[in-house]
Amino acid sequence: MQWQFWIVQTLNSVAFGGLLFLLSSGFSLIFGLMRIPNLAHGAFFMLGAYFGYTLLQLKLTFWLAAVVGGIGVGLIGIVLERVVLRRLAGNEQGQVLVTLGVSFIIADICLLVWTGDPMPLPAPQALRTPLRLGGFAFPSYRLVVLAIALAAALALYLLMERTRLGAMIRAGVDDMEMARGVGIPVSRLFTTVFLLGATLAGIGGALGGPILNAYPGLDTDMLPLALIVVILGGAGSLLGAFVGSFIVGFIYNFGIALVPDLAYFVLFLPMVLVLVFLPQGLFGRVQI
Amino acid sequence: MTRRTAAALAVCALVLIAVPWIIGNEFYVNMASQVLIYALFALSINMMLGYGGMVSLGHAGYLGIAGYACILATVAGYDQLTAAIFAIALSTTAAALFGVLSLRAPGLGFIMITLALGQIVWGVAYRANNLTGGDNGIRHPARPMPFGFDIRDASSFYYFTLIVFVVALFFIWRFSRSPFGATLTGARDQPRRMRMLGHNVWLIRWITFVMAGFWASVAGVLYVYYNLFLSPHAISLQQSAEILLMAILGGASTLAGPIVGAAIITLVKNVVSTYVERWNTLLGVIFVVVIMFMPHGLVPGCTQAWRRLRNRIRPRKTAGGAASELAQ
Repeated sequence: MQWQFWIVQTLNSVAFGGLLFLLSSGFSLIFGLMRIPNLAHGAFFMLGAYFGYTLLQLKLTFWLAAVVGGIGVGLIGIVLERVVLRRLAGNEQGQVLVTLGVSFIIADICLLVWTGDPMPLPAPQALRTPLRLGGFAFPSYRLVVLAIALAAALALYLLMERTRLGAMIRAGVDDMEMARGVGIPVSRLFTTVFLLGATLAGIGGALGGPILNAYPGLDTDMLPLALIVVILGGAGSLLGAFVGSFIVGFIYNFGIALVPDLAYFVLFLPMVLVLVFLPQGLFGRVQI
Repeated sequence: MTRRTAAALAVCALVLIAVPWIIGNEFYVNMASQVLIYALFALSINMMLGYGGMVSLGHAGYLGIAGYACILATVAGYDQLTAAIFAIALSTTAAALFGVLSLRAPGLGFIMITLALGQIVWGVAYRANNLTGGDNGIRHPARPMPFGFDIRDASSFYYFTLIVFVVALFFIWRFSRSPFGATLTGARDQPRRMRMLGHNVWLIRWITFVMAGFWASVAGVLYVYYNLFLSPHAISLQQSAEILLMAILGGASTLAGPIVGAAIITLVKNVVSTYVERWNTLLGVIFVVVIMFMPHGLVPGCTQAWRRLRNRIRPRKTAGGAASELAQ
């Protein structure tokens, strides 16, 4: 019984860490390249969950709903970047505040469309029964979420390290002026990264649906976690987002399970330690 | 101070004192108290934003810490004055700690860290059911009786708030005009030069952060006295954003700006909330519009427009005369 508790909680933690990675990898890339903490990222995550819910109502299969919903969120991300952020180029402080304003608008529209009740997203039929191995039960949907997050991490790693696009993004993160100078189309790069980041957040939201449900306030629950991941892991670094996500996933999940009253407070501790001793984060490429 | 500004100040003071007689209606007097409390919040955040260029998104955290501390101490049996002092001291200490953490990262990192800290305060208030009553919130037993005066009804509470507000305004005005305020503006515009001149830029920012936290805590205690109730909804990210928007909308880096912004946002929020439920959308829209089209805020914008108008009226004769001479 005791073992079962620890196994389930550990698995919950890594699955939650995987979701956080989908959320914060895009956040971290956008921050690294454009120097904007996109405060609408939590709203993108929530929107992904709601889109997933509606697409499931329309009888799409779960995986298709997650991907289509994610792309839908990505398109909204493009609109935000092209229509709003582009006009404030150079005024980074203004850009941050605008993303916050947009997140309020998105959250309120969600409340209008999907009402205030939590909307459950059922997991795919095949994954609803736990996997039994050696006398222990493993929640199989969470294992699949973890696998997807790991696959996404690998794909992002290959994208960043092995492709031309990735090389251009890395160049932009390290030295924007230089990248512009050698003819990298930085403006198109911004849009691409925003599309990528918003889509990942949207897919994360839809995949998180069966675990977290879609509810109003999901955005402000997730956004600080993404911020803490990036503060811990360091901005602009995929590895940082990866390690940070699992650290925060573990702390948050075990915090809820063991000291529910102080679940948020325990997040404070690693943040303090990192800020005091490693202000760039564990693997930061950029000063946050 | 010129005679003109002195006269303007006297008129403002008279109007503020006469507010309860002018409006009469208790509902609107209460709203005026609310405006003053929010104006104090906006003024405190503007110490960081306007003079130091530091954008904080965790300012509602001080409302939370001071507010809950005040309520819990009073419920535990301490008298109101002790409870208020304890609350403000605790919250200012928290500001000192948050300042150390937030100022580890300059610029945009500061926004992220203050936001995360503010949300952690919110999360603790939301989760710690035994202490804070969680989502349901907790009540404050009663308003205090400062020096034996009864401030339970709307207009006497308004005067109580007004006195605190004016004291705070005086200190913040002195702060903005002081040599320290000048070094803070210097640290915002030219941190490297200020360092070269021997100023400790970090310390200047940190002291400002703590002072802003102190005045926000005072406003937090007033907020609790006004509402006699506190729940996590009052200290959410949205609250921090509203306070920040008040300062930006009115015009950061001016003294009058945050007050004007607080008045507008509070009135619009109260009016809109009675008719529709879509305050958050409107808040977001105002945010986007103000940042995109009015980044310097209303007060500097209006001052500029007024000056331009005056210049156009006054020198027209000479300019017109010169033009007609040229034509001849």
